[in-house]
Amino acid sequence: MTENLLEVHGLRTEYRSDGRRFTAVDGIDFTVGPGEILGLVGESGSGKSATLRSILGLIKPPGRVEGRILWRGRDIHGLAPSALQRVRGAEIAMIFQDPMTALNPVLTVGQQIRESLAAHTDLSASDRQRRAIELLDLVGIPAAASRLDDYPYQFSGGIRQRAMIAIALAAKPALLLADEPTTALDVTIQDQIIKLIQRLAAELRMSVILVTHDLGVVAESCDRVAVMYAGRIVETAPVATLFRSPRHAYTLGLLQSMPVGRSPRTPLPFIPGAPPRPGDSLNGCAFAARCAFVGDECRHGRPETRHVGLDHMTLCRRAEALPAALEPA
Amino acid sequence: MGYWRFVLRRLLQSAPTFALITVLIFLLVRLLPGDPASAMLGDRATDEAVARINASLGTDLPIASQFLRFLGRLLSGDLGQSQALHVPVTELIGERMPVTLLLAAYAMVLATLISIPLAFLMALYRDRPLDIALRGAFQLGLSMPTFYLGLLFLTVLGAHLRIFPVGGLGRGPVGILYHLFLPALTLALGLAAVITRSLRAAILEVLQADYIDFARAKGLSERVVLGRHVLRNALISTVTLFGINLGQLIGGAVITETVFSLPGVGRLLIDAIFGRDYPVIEGLTMCFAVLVSIIFIVTDLFQAWLDPRVYR
Repeated sequence: MTENLLEVHGLRTEYRSDGRRFTAVDGIDFTVGPGEILGLVGESGSGKSATLRSILGLIKPPGRVEGRILWRGRDIHGLAPSALQRVRGAEIAMIFQDPMTALNPVLTVGQQIRESLAAHTDLSASDRQRRAIELLDLVGIPAAASRLDDYPYQFSGGIRQRAMIAIALAAKPALLLADEPTTALDVTIQDQIIKLIQRLAAELRMSVILVTHDLGVVAESCDRVAVMYAGRIVETAPVATLFRSPRHAYTLGLLQSMPVGRSPRTPLPFIPGAPPRPGDSLNGCAFAARCAFVGDECRHGRPETRHVGLDHMTLCRRAEALPAALEPA
Repeated sequence: MGYWRFVLRRLLQSAPTFALITVLIFLLVRLLPGDPASAMLGDRATDEAVARINASLGTDLPIASQFLRFLGRLLSGDLGQSQALHVPVTELIGERMPVTLLLAAYAMVLATLISIPLAFLMALYRDRPLDIALRGAFQLGLSMPTFYLGLLFLTVLGAHLRIFPVGGLGRGPVGILYHLFLPALTLALGLAAVITRSLRAAILEVLQADYIDFARAKGLSERVVLGRHVLRNALISTVTLFGINLGQLIGGAVITETVFSLPGVGRLLIDAIFGRDYPVIEGLTMCFAVLVSIIFIVTDLFQAWLDPRVYR
């Protein structure tokens, strides 16, 4: 097996609000290999975004992060600000859900690219300008040179997301953290952006953690997938394996509620109930209350990671009770 | 470019404002109770004497003719003669206005130098002892009238501790800045209190924005994040407030000049009002009104420069 680029061990992220603590990420482990696209799926509040923010040290006090975040073997959790600045953008970059709010409204796109280049490279001003045009070109923005002096609000949604990707990639990072990059976009544009990220990952030999709640996106673009529920990764597997034989009741529920390949006007299965709220104290499996396969063993104790196949891990203690494989829909 | 078109448009838009200012000033002075002739001659003046003075001043003419004369002189840069001092008004104002302007500009610079760092400190140490103490101090500063603060400085720092001079202008650039420090600080503190509070709130809001997280995620230094991304966005909402308060500061300068016995326009204005010296009142009011309008224009232009969405 090749060396992992990123290894996360026992990551715990807590927010604090009104004196109460909320656990957003509850002790997760995962790895990302070179050139790999890892899908991180789960519903809102499952801890996907908090995971990405924790990796880059973007959790602000009184929020707290614990665990080890090994980047090329070096723990980057708790690095001094100046050392962290050399990792951010240059090694690990991040793009956000809504390019309208994540781009500075009063700086031109060119300025926002050039300042990244200035922070991480020795390029001269004219080289930075040239490189900025190349970057806009790379992400498929037409007439790149003429758009550098435009402000974010002058772009359409899709182009704006492309511009954010160009800004993030300015210093040639080896890992891109993409936090629901298509959620704020029109459906017709979503696919273009996913294809763009796939193409860039391949061309630039860049790894990606793609956070999404769209399993269709995962199936189409990811190598491996980690499913999050209530702050924990409940199942990890290569994409094909996960879609063929999910080993966690929650994953099974998610896959069964996908509308793909179903005949029209048939009711879609859904998972009853709602996920536990952050701050709820949990005994047993967090999914037990909503689970169709629940057994007595699920109601107490903290579920531990189990290996159920090659590169396939689950927290489900009733994995064997699930159907061995999903029949093709 | 878009910005220069905006500048031109904003300048053209202010033409009616200046016209209105002219009319209002002319009318308001004439609505004041009493007339210049009685003010000059006192209670025991005979009717003939009053009529003679009014004829020589032109104040016996119909109001429309008076306005036309006023306008004609205004356009040729002539603000008339002081009725009390018999000197051209432009000369009187020209001698004193630089002091007032310098005082106001000095106060503005001091207020900026005080508020930007303090607002950042307070926002970054939000709800910690430093923030709470400064908020308390500003509350106190805001509730204290300018003239009282001036007297306090004058007594403590001037008369008792003798760190600063208690009046006069001094010589040379350094001397002038030294002599004007206390009055400028007096004026600046009130402005700084308002600006810091507003800027602190704006910084706290901007710090929550996604684009600040994105800027940090790019690996920018905290200096660049705060100095470029946070400050510029936080200033957008504060600049307007700054402009409005700067307008008021010009008024405050008149009081401060009196407290610190500075040879600015403050004393001139007060004497002119008591003496019904119409040309001087008109000239000064005109100057103040134009000055405040210019401040508002500059404020708008600066805000648009900070936030290009304003003019596109």
